[in-house]
Amino acid sequence: MEFQQPGLNAAGFLDELYRHEGMAYPKFHKMDHLCKLGILATEILLKNSGHPQKYRDDETGVVLSNRHGSLDVDLKYAKTMKTGASPALFVYTLPNIVIGEIAIRHKFKGENAFFVFKSFNGNFIAGYVNGLFESRLIQCCICGWVDFLGEEYHAMLMLVETTHSGTDIPFTVANINQLNNANHE
Amino acid sequence: MRKVFVAADNIFSPLGKDTFSNLSALKQGHSGIRLHQETISENPFYASLLPPDFKAGNPQLTPFENIVFASASDALKDQQADAASSRTGFILSTTKGNIGLIENGIPDADADRQTGLTESAMRIAACLGIQNEPIIVSHACISGLLAMITGMRMIQSGLYDQVIVSGADLITAFIFSGFQSFQAISPNPCRPFDANRDGITLGEAAATVILSSVNSGGAVQLSGGSVSNDANHISGPSRTGEELFMAIRSALRQAAISAGEIDFISAHGTATRYNDDMEARAINLAGMGPVPLNSLKGFYGHTLGAAGLVESIVSLHSLKENILFPTKGYSEPGTEREVHVIKELRSAKISKCLKTASGFGGCNAAIILENLN
Repeated sequence: MEFQQPGLNAAGFLDELYRHEGMAYPKFHKMDHLCKLGILATEILLKNSGHPQKYRDDETGVVLSNRHGSLDVDLKYAKTMKTGASPALFVYTLPNIVIGEIAIRHKFKGENAFFVFKSFNGNFIAGYVNGLFESRLIQCCICGWVDFLGEEYHAMLMLVETTHSGTDIPFTVANINQLNNANHE
Repeated sequence: MRKVFVAADNIFSPLGKDTFSNLSALKQGHSGIRLHQETISENPFYASLLPPDFKAGNPQLTPFENIVFASASDALKDQQADAASSRTGFILSTTKGNIGLIENGIPDADADRQTGLTESAMRIAACLGIQNEPIIVSHACISGLLAMITGMRMIQSGLYDQVIVSGADLITAFIFSGFQSFQAISPNPCRPFDANRDGITLGEAAATVILSSVNSGGAVQLSGGSVSNDANHISGPSRTGEELFMAIRSALRQAAISAGEIDFISAHGTATRYNDDMEARAINLAGMGPVPLNSLKGFYGHTLGAAGLVESIVSLHSLKENILFPTKGYSEPGTEREVHVIKELRSAKISKCLKTASGFGGCNAAIILENLN
């Protein structure tokens, strides 16, 4: 997919990408930036993947990580809490809410976890997700990195399955680190 | 797959700075919950707050970091476990870490460096002499259980031989105002599972378990754990309890035991109407309605990132001492589905415990603790 809109700020980019993807999901507009980024990245990841038909609700896991937790919305909530604390804003001050929003959108009820690292930790993510497969807790996993703070943001998501088609890449530490590095350039 | 044992533990709460003093206080029926008049709220409120001197210590560390350090150091003190070993991992469980610094008005540009969880975890790890990069679990109110499950999985897979799992949160104006905006805070000390329950009481604590592949004698086993998501609402629990039940079923399967073998349940029991009803439904779906159950929130309040750890530690000592702790604040049944709430401290021959938690974002977690001795 190609989508370039020079001159947009971070918030504008998220809303423009939502329109570009042709999503009709009114809840999107209530979300904080981290959730918007995670929802959009998942939408693009799953497009044409045939995912929804394949698995039971509890067979798909979501394992995400980032650097800044929910700090973007924490700073906004901290500025408003004295004048009028908003429950609609406060609920987003936990990084795992992005997993909750993805789970609601796609009916994923399986294993979920949110981790914070100073940078993408391919070794840990591969180990954790492979462990979920080996324990037969899941048949499919959405995993990776979703980070948002101020004007800086980055998402890198992977769809991991046990069955494979010709174009798939083996889910190894080396491969996912390479994906992450390529994605950063 | 390798077995995982709880080799050592610490609870650092208003009831005491180590597990022993906490258990003594619980046996005497003491609660950390008091009426407070503090700057974080205009009106007096009930909460279980740490005295200021509990949060001091190393001036290089923040109050949050000091309580984590105090808890982890105490757990490590009788341990042969080498914190500096490449075979030792460190997991930090917290919902808001150093959020108190943000409220005090530091500039946005410095917020990341000063409050960031990764920096905070690295400062704590350095003080403890831990070499490996800390793993931070920030997953709402299931953080403590998810951190234990993560540690268990890392030992099972052979990545580490021991994992230090610490959790903590402090109740600041940020957290208090947020729960208040949800009208979730009870005007009285909370009453889990009671007919007249009307909301949560917040609490402060730090807690640590040291998980190990080795049973050096008498250790309780962490034999299974699983996580699920309601996929229903980000701030309200499932209406059916079906998804918490899924996590319970999956944890039992991993431990290779049946629901009928569980001797008692340490529930999340926040004392909101919806949470306790949802839990009661899930427990009945699992066929565990008659199994004795407690919530420890009446002793500690809801300690957020520490809750799963604090309650697991009390539960594993229940197994070791063959005693069941009551649900402080409970007097009359009042959940839509019936559960067997423990009202008084009593002895019982017990060996297997189910511990559950649920939180914002629709998350649920369950673990199984077993005393094989």
